[in-house]
Amino acid sequence: MTIYLRAAILSALALAGCGRKQAQAPAAPTDASYQETLMTKLLDAKPGDVIDIPEGRFSFDRSLSLAVDGVTIRGAGMDKTILSFKDQIAGAEGLLVTASDFTIEDLAIEDAKGDGLKVNEGENIIIRRVRTEWTGEPKTENGAYGIYPVQTKNVLLESNVAIGASDAGIYVGQSQNVIVRYNRAEKNVAGIEIENTFDADVYENVATDNTGGILVFNMPNLSQPGARTRVFNNQAVANNRGNFGHPGTPVATIPAGSGVVINSNDQVEIFDNDIKDNKTANVIIASVFSSGLSQDGMSDDFDGYPEGIYVYGNRMGGGGKNPDGLDLQALKIAKFGPMGAIPDVLWDGYVDPAKQADGATPAALRVCVDNEGAEVINVDAPNGFKNPDMATETVRCALEKLPAIKLANGLGE
Amino acid sequence: MRRLLVAFALFILAACARETAPTAPVFHEEGYPASLSAWNLMAAANGVLTLSPGVDPYDLATPLFTDYALKLRTVTLPGGTSGVYRDKDAFDFPVGTIISKTFYYPTANDGDAGGAWTGDVAIGPAPTVEGGAMPLQGLRLIETRLLVHRVEGWVAIPYRWNDEQTDAALHRTGATIPMTLHRPDGREEAFAYVMPNQNQCAGCHATNNTTRKISPIGLKARHLNKPSTFAAGFNQLDYWIMTGKLTGVPEDAQAAPGNADWTDESASLDARARAYLDVNCSHCHSDVGPADTSGLDLRPSVAFGPHYGACKTPVAAGGGSGGRPFDIVPGDPDASIFIYRMQTTKPGDMMPELGRSTTHEEGVALIAEWIRTMEGGCG
Repeated sequence: MTIYLRAAILSALALAGCGRKQAQAPAAPTDASYQETLMTKLLDAKPGDVIDIPEGRFSFDRSLSLAVDGVTIRGAGMDKTILSFKDQIAGAEGLLVTASDFTIEDLAIEDAKGDGLKVNEGENIIIRRVRTEWTGEPKTENGAYGIYPVQTKNVLLESNVAIGASDAGIYVGQSQNVIVRYNRAEKNVAGIEIENTFDADVYENVATDNTGGILVFNMPNLSQPGARTRVFNNQAVANNRGNFGHPGTPVATIPAGSGVVINSNDQVEIFDNDIKDNKTANVIIASVFSSGLSQDGMSDDFDGYPEGIYVYGNRMGGGGKNPDGLDLQALKIAKFGPMGAIPDVLWDGYVDPAKQADGATPAALRVCVDNEGAEVINVDAPNGFKNPDMATETVRCALEKLPAIKLANGLGE
Repeated sequence: MRRLLVAFALFILAACARETAPTAPVFHEEGYPASLSAWNLMAAANGVLTLSPGVDPYDLATPLFTDYALKLRTVTLPGGTSGVYRDKDAFDFPVGTIISKTFYYPTANDGDAGGAWTGDVAIGPAPTVEGGAMPLQGLRLIETRLLVHRVEGWVAIPYRWNDEQTDAALHRTGATIPMTLHRPDGREEAFAYVMPNQNQCAGCHATNNTTRKISPIGLKARHLNKPSTFAAGFNQLDYWIMTGKLTGVPEDAQAAPGNADWTDESASLDARARAYLDVNCSHCHSDVGPADTSGLDLRPSVAFGPHYGACKTPVAAGGGSGGRPFDIVPGDPDASIFIYRMQTTKPGDMMPELGRSTTHEEGVALIAEWIRTMEGGCG
């Protein structure tokens, strides 16, 4: 049994019952003639240029791309300047940016066929007050990532809204020195995901109605592992949406009802958050080894153990009452009774056998949960889930706190 | 002696062609000339596409698939210069070099619309190019993409052929061109041929996503090391050495790397599949390319293992996983993401991301067969 085994499937009835208020009038006319204009502006951009996109709803049949450093793209507001890719026939994203010193603000990217906004390698990236959305009820056919900086350095994502992504609404991958704040992520599979990234602060965001609220992951085979992420002062509340991720993708294994999930990442601090009403568990700490990935498909040097994890001072509750997946359901009933709940923190129990010293994990590599009112269960994944047991007292410890992220070049000041 | 003879033959050819062909190619050091004819690389007239003197056609052992388009590739070097051989990377051609790639199709349903082109296209064979001339009967020229080596680096400039098929006009923002593909078995498929915009040229040709410098992709030893299509009896590399287009080749030119022809059934399945994946994927899927974010590296030098896709979990594939668990499941093409991404034409799911709107069924069949013959599975 794997803890991520998912019985899954969203209730169509429940979904049909919750209509969503459109962010703009659906009858707004869409202008397709702007495509050539904007494409030409993007091609001709020079460092220092500001490309203003007026209020309006503009349609594109191919993806947009920017490859010039130092450009700002600015709309008139995330509900006023709307770039629609509903009719897209080519390109794997709405807007692809391969440039540094890039700012984008005050516009929306809707219904891209692949990712919404992808920034592939660059430094000093600001994405703010941008909405990426797949309209209509969230569905598997939606694009993967809404806001997607990857292999970037010195990155500020703030006050964005991400809705309906079939992977992560806001995803920061293989990056360094990142602040993600004041964003809202809803109705995605993963609300906010920090993956294979060093030095990220994730704070004052709202993640709700996703399958999983906030994820801090390391995946194998990539250019860098990740470490040192702080998740604090966020609301990860009621992320109970049925997983509509594409089978085969890592997020498709996230149980519906996961508040904050750490997988294989190191030095992650989770504190001062409201993490509530997530029906599988409010916090999940797991290793790649309980995620159903192939051992044959990992490079040998991948460290799949979450180490140096510190959870404290969060306000948690109301979670674990209806875990996703038959195995967790069975565990809940066996351990806590039909009216019980999975404790606030669920740990799969993996520790790196190669690093044990005198039968114990070195202090800095421990999983530490010292959170008033929160209980911890170790589900004993390394031994085939034979002896799941409460671990609240055994993991009560403290780690050295991580420093705050300061972005370079005045970003975010 | 052999080199001398070849040079003489070229001289004669060039002299003959000069009557009808444009004069020498023109290199523009800056700007984007509004029409292809401004470069004087080729001229389409009287049912013949004629290459200017010094504009040399070449082809690749295994080419990139672009919706079954046929491609006429040329390289034009400044007088008296030559490219410098490299073992793995694209040859180093001097400033002033112009590389062209003209995309065209055999037409189908000719005459249906009173002679006007209907958008109906068939699947090749490429016509013969002799003496720098290619007959255009039954062909439709679509676009010519230039890669121009300027002082500041390589620049990509796309041109779209006009309805009259007399010249091609600058088209920096690209285009979608509705077409209908007629497959050999009679199936017809409507598709949108996508001419990339200038940034999208860099999407493939900026093979290093850190420096983002544009470079040629096909002009590598392993793609060019094959019997010449245009100079019968010569190996293409040898021919370039003989004609002075290429220097710095190691003593033993036979040892230069060479990809298989993906259709050559006398070559091993592994060599054919790797040649196909190399030319279609490795310009992005390398250690430094735009797809290095995926951890999938399809350069020929990479050993078969997780980084070449074996049992590798997708990272950011989204719908591109096709609901399948791993890039390659040895022995099971139907469970392998590779096959899904090659088959699908959904823009967000398919691979390559750009440059195709149809499925290369023969290419899919090759990779599927390659995966099917592998032993194993994923543990």
